[in-house]
Amino acid sequence: MGRAPRVGSELSLGDRLHGCKVRWGWGRYDYTVVPGLYALGRPDAGSPVLVTANYKLSFDALRRELKGHNLWLLSLDTNGINVWCAAGKRTFGSETLARAVRSSELAKLVKHRTLILPQLGAPGVSAHLVKRLTGFTVVWGPLRSADLPAFLAAGGRARPAMRRVEFPLRQRAALAPMELMPALKYALPLAALMVAGSWLLAAGGRWGPGLFMAGALLWAAVSGAVAGPLLLPWLPGRAFSAKGLGLGMLAAAIYLAVWPAPPLPAWAAFFLILAVCSFLVMNFTGSSTYTSLSGVRKEMRRYMPWQALGAALALGLWFWALAG
Amino acid sequence: MRPLYLHGVSTLVLDPEKCLGCGSCLPVCPHQILYLANGRIACSERDACMECGACAMNCPVGAVAVEAGVGCAAAVLASAFRRGESGCC
Ligand code: SF4
Ligand code: SF4
Repeated sequence: MGRAPRVGSELSLGDRLHGCKVRWGWGRYDYTVVPGLYALGRPDAGSPVLVTANYKLSFDALRRELKGHNLWLLSLDTNGINVWCAAGKRTFGSETLARAVRSSELAKLVKHRTLILPQLGAPGVSAHLVKRLTGFTVVWGPLRSADLPAFLAAGGRARPAMRRVEFPLRQRAALAPMELMPALKYALPLAALMVAGSWLLAAGGRWGPGLFMAGALLWAAVSGAVAGPLLLPWLPGRAFSAKGLGLGMLAAAIYLAVWPAPPLPAWAAFFLILAVCSFLVMNFTGSSTYTSLSGVRKEMRRYMPWQALGAALALGLWFWALAG
Repeated sequence: MRPLYLHGVSTLVLDPEKCLGCGSCLPVCPHQILYLANGRIACSERDACMECGACAMNCPVGAVAVEAGVGCAAAVLASAFRRGESGCC
């Protein structure tokens, strides 16, 4: 039984640090595990076979959750992309799986003919096709790897709750930094431009008007990218853009209460915060677990013109305020 | 509390006439909205369908169809500007 490399279930400090880096969006796409068959513990011909992507975080999660189990891990070559995204691209797919089963000579290694697949891989894998291609029967594992021990203990059966995707606060909070980083990438240079621009335009070298608008932009970015994900279920409306509008009104009210301004710049900040919040929460559709492509297309058609109008209005009013 | 997205937009189409009642599509749905009514496929909450395509992928007779895709605004924007890859997947 010596052909598959053995992996430990303890994660080293290096593994953990890299996990944090990957989670925060750095090098998220090039952190891979060498695809192929791995032995976890001391598996034999009767041990279960679990299929996964070669995304390091998923692989490490499996190792950690399955501490103390003896089983085979078959890691497919998904270019280091997680199961869900890879299934959408079909790199986690029936053919890839069939190829991996053949090249690992799994049929000689185990007596049974069952593969346990993550449920989130189902958009890419057709169980009946896999059966025809490999002779192996696909059993859909639970949606979250944390439920795997319970699933295995129950003889490969998932309780209904293990099959349903959720979007709890914990998960939304973990996603917020990944929303904030790209938002700030655009917002920070723009804010700097606003400060510099207003200093040049509003002769006399006044910093106030520029700082006020730049502050509104950064406040909107933080509200939309952090408060948006956190407050998502409580924001009114079904469309994410609408949720962003509601959040924007709240954020604008807070900003103007903290930093009172004359009507013209105040309205400019108000429209800017509304437009930015609506856009950023709309962008969170990609990280959510329940938006559909048809729905996203519909809300983009409906709300993006308003977001653009809000931003244009904000800039117009602000220039007017500067000129005045 | 089940989060629902926009009303009436999902492209999910069920064909109970074709359905064999094999149940292959039931476990794969991440929102668990598919069930068998008298041995034929049915859906309990269409507004919860995220068009992931898992059901259609796993029906051996094509009794479920859906225009599969990822509900991601950044991806829609990126494809509009013809830049393939995007922030979501
Ligand atoms: S497309 Fe996905 S979410 Fe919609 S019914 Fe099929 S499996 Fe469920
Ligand atoms: S997989 Fe197809 S045939 Fe089987 S229950 Fe579902 S819809 Fe019916």
